[in-house]
Formats: sequence, C-alpha cells, structure tokens
Amino acid sequence: MPAVTETIDAVQSVTQGTYKYGFETEIDMEFAPKGLNEDIVRFISAKKEEPAWLLEWRLKAFALWKTMEEPRWPAVSYPPIDYQDAYYYAAPKQTVKPKSLDEVDPELLRTYEKLGIPLKEQAILAGVEGAGETPAEGGRMPVAVDAVFDSVSVATSYKERLAKEGIIFCSISEAVREHAELVRQYLGSVVPQGDNFFAALNSAVFTDGSFVYIPKGVKCPMELSTYFRINAKSTGQFERTLIIADEGASVSYLEGCTAPMRDENQLHAAVVELVALDDASIKYSTVQNWYPGDENGKGGIYNFVTKRGACRGRRSKISWTQVETGSSITWKYPSCILQGDDSVGEFYSVAITNNRQQADTGTKMFHIGRNTRSTIVSKGISAGFGQNTYRGLVKISPKASGARNFTQCDSLLIGDQCGAHTVPYIENRCMTAKVEHEATTSRIAEDQLFYCRQRGLSEEDAVGLIVNGFCREVLKELPMEFAVEAQKLLQISLEGSVG
Amino acid sequence: MLKIEGLCAEVEGKPILKGIDLELPAGEIHAIMGPNGAGKSTLSYLLAGREGYEVTGGSVTFHGQDLLAMEPEERAAAGLFLAFQYPVELPGVGNANFLRTALNAIRRSKGEAELDAMQFLKLARTRMKALSMPEDMLKRGVNVGFSGGEKKRNEVLQMALLNPSLAILDETDSGLDIDALRIVADGVNAMRGPGFSSLVITHYQRLLDYIVPDRVHVLMDGRIVQSGGPELAKQLEATGYTAVQAA
Repeated sequence: MPAVTETIDAVQSVTQGTYKYGFETEIDMEFAPKGLNEDIVRFISAKKEEPAWLLEWRLKAFALWKTMEEPRWPAVSYPPIDYQDAYYYAAPKQTVKPKSLDEVDPELLRTYEKLGIPLKEQAILAGVEGAGETPAEGGRMPVAVDAVFDSVSVATSYKERLAKEGIIFCSISEAVREHAELVRQYLGSVVPQGDNFFAALNSAVFTDGSFVYIPKGVKCPMELSTYFRINAKSTGQFERTLIIADEGASVSYLEGCTAPMRDENQLHAAVVELVALDDASIKYSTVQNWYPGDENGKGGIYNFVTKRGACRGRRSKISWTQVETGSSITWKYPSCILQGDDSVGEFYSVAITNNRQQADTGTKMFHIGRNTRSTIVSKGISAGFGQNTYRGLVKISPKASGARNFTQCDSLLIGDQCGAHTVPYIENRCMTAKVEHEATTSRIAEDQLFYCRQRGLSEEDAVGLIVNGFCREVLKELPMEFAVEAQKLLQISLEGSVG
Repeated sequence: MLKIEGLCAEVEGKPILKGIDLELPAGEIHAIMGPNGAGKSTLSYLLAGREGYEVTGGSVTFHGQDLLAMEPEERAAAGLFLAFQYPVELPGVGNANFLRTALNAIRRSKGEAELDAMQFLKLARTRMKALSMPEDMLKRGVNVGFSGGEKKRNEVLQMALLNPSLAILDETDSGLDIDALRIVADGVNAMRGPGFSSLVITHYQRLLDYIVPDRVHVLMDGRIVQSGGPELAKQLEATGYTAVQAA
C-alpha cells in the first residue's frame, strides 16, 4: 500500500545524489512556454527560488509521471487531454478581460446575486480587470484567509492572532522558504509523488497552495479559509495543500467558494495532504463550484483531485466534508489512513451532476490501527444528463481489531435521462471488524413536488427544499457560514432540471 | 367564489368526471359525499392542479379567475388549499422550515411582509396549541414518522397558518379516531366566517356531525346526482348510496 509509505527517505536519497544544473532559461521571463518537460519543472522551481531538494523531488515526480497512464477506470468520459498543449507556469494573461461588470455574462451575475455576493466580490470572481486590487470587504469574519496574493488585506490582523498561538498559515511557497523542515518532513508523506497519475503531475508542477501547521495542544481559534485566495489573478491549476495538526491540536479548514469562478484553465489537479498526530483533529470542508460547462457539456473544468489524510496518532480524527456542484468532470476520493489506534475517519459528501456533468467520487478508509472507526455518508444527486458515481473502498487490515465502518450511500434522481451508480468495495481481513453498508436510490416523487406546490412553493423552490432535505445529514457537518451558502448553491445548481 | 360548470375530465383516457356543476358561495361549507370510485379525489386533485388529469370539457372559476389555467402554486397563492387524504412525507425537511417557507411564499404573493423565524414560531405555537399538537412536531421532518392522526392534524395546522379562502378537505376523516376527528373539525370550524369556504369530501357522514355543512352533494359515477341540506347526509347514512342510485 503505497499510500502509507513515508517517502522522506526516498526523497533524501535522491537529493543527496549529484545533480547537474543544466538549466539556463532566463528566469525573468514571465511565463514558461507551453508543454511539459524537465526544463519546465526546473523553470518553475527556479522561479520560486526553491531549495535543491524540492527540485529533485519535483523531478522525481516528473520521471514517475512519464511512466504512468491516466486512470481509465472512473466512470467518466472526456476527449483525450494533450498535456503538451498547456501552460504549467503563469500562462500569458488573457488580453480580453471584462472591463466592468457590464461586460460579464449576465447569467453568471444572476447566480452571484442569488448567492448574495457583494458587488466588489462579484467583480473579482468574474475576473474584471483591476478588481481585487483593493482588499475585498467580507462579511464572513471571523475566518482567517490565506492572503498570499493580498498581503495587506483583512487577513493581516488574524495572522497576528494566529501567530500568537504559534499557528502557521501561509502559502506553500512561503512555507518552503520559511518552514523548510516541516515541509520537507511531511510533503509527500501522505500522497507520495508516484501515488497516481494526477498526483504525480501535481507534484512535478504545483505552483501554489496552502500550508497549515497547528502546534501541540493548540485549538485553532478560527476557521481557516482559502476563500479570499480568489484575489489571485488566475486561480491555481495545480494546488498543493499540506495541513499538519500536531499532538492534541485541532483545526477546521474551509476550501473553496460557492460562487462559480471564471477560469481559463480546463485541467485542475490538486493534491491535499493532512496529517493528524496523537489526539489531533482536522476538519476539512470543501465547496467546489467550478464552471460546469454549458447545458450541452461544452467547456467546464476537469477536476482530478487527490485528497488524503493520515491519522498517524492515537485517537486522532480526520473529517472530510464536501459539496461538489461544479466542474464538468469530478474525480475525487478524499481518504483517511487510520493508522493510530482508536483513530476516526469521516467522509460526508454531496455531489450534484446536472446537464452533462460527470462525477466519480467517494472515499477510501484504510483501517490499520486497532479500534479505528469510519463513517461514510454520501449523497449523490443526478439531474439532466448527469452521471454520478459513488466509488468507495473500506479496507480493514488483519491488525485492525475492533475496527468499525458505517457506510450510507443515497442517490436521488431528477428526470429520466440521468444516472446514479454505486460501487462500494469492502476488503475486510479482520475477524473482529464490523462493516455496515446501506444504499438507497430514489426519485423526487411527483407527489412530493405537488404537495409543495399546493402549499405555494414554486417548482424550483420545491426541488431545492426536497434536495436540501435529502442532503441534510451532510450539510449539518459544514461550518455555519458555508452551510447557508451551500444550501442556496444546491438549488441554483439544479435550476432548469425540472419542468 | 367557486363555480364549476359542466366539468368533464379523464385519467389515462378514462372518463372520470362527466359533467359536474357546483357553486360554492363565499362563507359556505359544502360536503361532497359518494362511494369509492365516484371521482371525489379526482375532483379535489383537479381543482388543486395536479398533473395527470385531462380536462375534456367545462370550466372552473375561482374568485372570477380561470382556475384551470393556473399553476398549482398560483392556485395556492389565490387562496386554495387542499388537505391531502395521504399527506406526503418530505424526509430531512424540517416541518417548521416547510411551514414557514410555504407561509412566506403565500404572503409574498399577496404582497405581505414575510415572517422571520421568531415571528413564525410565535404564530405556529399558538395554532398548535389549539390543535393539541406537541411542539416537537415542528422539529421533525415533514410528516416523517407521523401517525395517521398527526399527519391530518399537520394538514389542519397548515390550513390554519395559510388562512385560505377555500379549503378542500379530501377524506380528512379517514383513519382518524374520534378524538382526532374532533380536533380536526374544531380546526375547520374555527375558520368559519364570511371569508372562508370549504369543500368537505368524505365517504362517511361521521365527520359531518362535527363540521355541519350548508349543503350536501352526492357524487356518483362522475356526476352530482343529488343535492340537499345537512339532513341529506343523515339520510344517506341510513339508506346507503345504492338507494340514491336507484332513485
């Protein structure tokens, strides 16, 4: 099981070897040319003034990637991706940026309005030229945001408060410079470079992401969020996030944004690694609403994400909550490696596919320690021509005595052209373990819709209400400010799916 | 207020309503009685706008508007309420949330201010007390795990909150014990007044001991075959529907 292999030794052996710097691209260049080769990897590393060990680490990832093939097993289909036809570092700026909100697709603005997003933020999200150069005023405090691209923004005061507790919350690039030992110790220790095709690609070319370290015994006093990272001119295509909760520490991290974002990059391959030591807990919440493509499936983001958390310590806990409404293709399995005895893994998921969206998502729970427990609650909603697959693995090793898993997979179908699929894998090699699996598939019944409409609700409000009810068990796991937005988002994502 | 003229309707090509004429003035309560399969539920669903019923003739006006041209939610906004024979379960949707959403949708369409959570709760509590409903029914999922009697009381609670000008009670008495029946009837009687009319659809005379109607109509084989005062219900109870058919 490569997932639990600590790769630090491997990395060190590479970096201690001899390395010939044959790299001569001028680093004052704004962007790297199209395509992917060793020189591009070196260019990225040089641009970011990275230490030699990280360059070696990237090159190893690149070498592995070249030997790997794109996974074909997910139940999604898309035209072949030409990896040589993409920019991997700071693609040249699009010259046609909207000058003001008047030039932005009114459909997009209508969605922002429904989500109650202030005008200034709307402009940033829509990529209006010059927007976001002054800090955005958010009504979401207290949420500390990773202010990488916005160094004088609202986050500054929170940074001070976090620093007082010894909490590190910064971009991964800054962490490489300022906290090299921590990064070196943990980077790739949960998702090694060669874990899978997309993780290897990410390891070779990641340009940014977040880094969090919560010291021993510290409970992070606020939610940490990437929300304001949208201030970046173009969003990270290959994000790399690393969160470490030291012994007895706890943190809640929010990723994403409920507003659909304009983005020229079609391929996204992020990696998120979480490490929880003894008695530590990490709660990681995602609302993913990338551009899903139009109703005919044109455009839209391909989202190939590797997220994995390691419960290394005893009684540690990692909880994933995700609301996936965007992207044309979602390939994502936030997982937990339950190494420490009595550790706990949780996965709560809502995935919506409407129009031509396809999602193949689920989780993996690896029970290694004794009395480890995991809970999986997955709610898949398919509408239009959407295809929604839950794919999950519960693996219980012979040593995981007393391990327990409970899995519940519910699918909701809206219309008769969509599909829902459930693919649960259970590998139990321990006699004392207990594994439960429940699955249901239902439709929004005509009588439910009629009942709501008879009480004065519009058809769309009725669908929204029923869907939110269906997802309630997952939505209640979200932090408050996210939950309210996520509810609205579910309804908006399903607009036009009935009637 | 409600005027049905020559209403004919089919379900899957099969004629169910074969020319119904009925006029319900404001402030009156009319009962529609009839045996199983007479078309009672079809009539109530059709008036409320459920899909699957094809109108093949006739017209229905409600407050002077063409009712059949309206969407179900528009009918609700115009003041029509249907108490369901089988109230529908909405898993995960909190009853309070549902009731408030419905109430505010109706209030919005009337141009009234929406109620916030606190205002709503205050109103709901008062109404629930009158219906002997335990407060925890607000917290539970809509009709989920409710007993038959609780579901019907929940319907009456919704009616009391939404304050319709026309309430159609579709066999609201079915499956109710005598205490629940009385509570439901009290709920309806409390609404009686010049601005409230009701069509009480029932198989049995029993409910009409508690909700005394102004008029009673007998619906058989898609037609109203007899109309009369409240005494007609008693007569039916004694003689049965076959006697009417023979007459």
